[in-house]
Amino acid sequence: MIAIIDYGVGNMYSLKCSLESQGIESVMTRDRETILNADKIILPGVGAFKDAAKNLRESGLDKVVIEAAKSGKPLMGICLGMQLLFEKSYEYGECEGLGLIKGSIVPLEGKIPPSYKIPHIGWNALSFKGEKSPIFKYLNENDCVYFVHSYYGVDCAESTIATCEYAIEVTAAVQKGNVFGCQFHPEKSGKVGLSILKAFDEYIPEGGETL
Amino acid sequence: MITKRIIPCLDVKDGRVVKGVNFKGLSDVSSPVELGQYYSEMGADELVFYDITASYEGRKLFTDILTEVASKVFIPLTVGGGINTIEDFDRVLKCGADKVSVNSGAIKNPKLIEEAAKKYGNQCVVISADVKRVDGVFRVFSKGGRENTGMEAISWIKRCVEMGAGEVVVNSIDTDGVKGGFDIPMLSAVLDAVNVPVIASGGAGSMEDFVTLFNLLPTIDAGLAASIFHFKEVEISELKKLLSKNDIKVRL
Repeated sequence: MIAIIDYGVGNMYSLKCSLESQGIESVMTRDRETILNADKIILPGVGAFKDAAKNLRESGLDKVVIEAAKSGKPLMGICLGMQLLFEKSYEYGECEGLGLIKGSIVPLEGKIPPSYKIPHIGWNALSFKGEKSPIFKYLNENDCVYFVHSYYGVDCAESTIATCEYAIEVTAAVQKGNVFGCQFHPEKSGKVGLSILKAFDEYIPEGGETL
Repeated sequence: MITKRIIPCLDVKDGRVVKGVNFKGLSDVSSPVELGQYYSEMGADELVFYDITASYEGRKLFTDILTEVASKVFIPLTVGGGINTIEDFDRVLKCGADKVSVNSGAIKNPKLIEEAAKKYGNQCVVISADVKRVDGVFRVFSKGGRENTGMEAISWIKRCVEMGAGEVVVNSIDTDGVKGGFDIPMLSAVLDAVNVPVIASGGAGSMEDFVTLFNLLPTIDAGLAASIFHFKEVEISELKKLLSKNDIKVRL
């Protein structure tokens, strides 16, 4: 059972359906016990970092997610959910994240040539970094996934497991032990995306590999 | 490297796909769910569902169908047609749409773009403009291309982007249905004016028209078409192979 953290942002319907299509049971929840008893956790999210971080803190879900991650439970952040795993974001002023992944979130604007459009919307090819992450076990280099974002993760080289090229190398996915993050939307990335969710469901953390 | 997107557009009325669809191998050729799944299998990068229903009952049917499509098709879904209020955004986003396209609704009330972008993010708001040359000037038409608003198109689109639209669909009324290729000069003028993704619509008659589009306008992001896909004049999988052969980056 995967607990999808429901903290009042974004649309989790597609995510739940995509998991279902892979025979993976999931529940949308904000209940501490349910989250701590789940096998795995997904932190979804679209919208602004600040609002999302505020929602997480005010509901106390930030502590629950951190507690679960530190206990070794596999956690995956998707899109804004990935960004929230970082230490901080500079979207509309500085704002603290969950601090599970070292690094920060900064605007693409100013980092890429003006001819490159923002948001970065569309299908872009993944290029793996370091040893292939277990969530990519069904993927090949250059498989395309769907991105929609205007901010991205920096200073996170040690946890970056994939990048994509958009004038610069953009952080596409991160992993630190049992904590994963995808800047793209696996639930909107066709078969490739579904296979990432499947691999995440099948992932078993190795001893000592957890946060 | 970001890939160029190929987007089929499905017109839905009372929960059924209209515009004669002519498919073998599908048990129900006017089922949005079956067609959506088919296109996704063939390599479509995104689907646009356009609700042309006028009645309240039809709208309800549309959202029911959308919910079903979103539960079975795992690529981005854009929804348009009858989007006039924030409640309309809410209604379709809850059913699994990723982006919402506004046209006449934004012309009637431009604030809608601002409000929606603030609430759901720029990436969620698509401005769709029906554009036609009148005495050599690009003009915006409303009501499905029937009424000249008198507004100059490029400045209108620019204004929409400034208000928060994260993507632009340009439908050229001049080339629509002619099947002689996309409206390169019109699209070029839009590309020069805005810095968000631009989707070309209207005029595709063959695979070569897409090659020409992406070759002549390297910064265009996507090509959208309806009938040539529905009538299988162009098969998306074949089209993408041809684009790739022409060194145009696509998702294969």
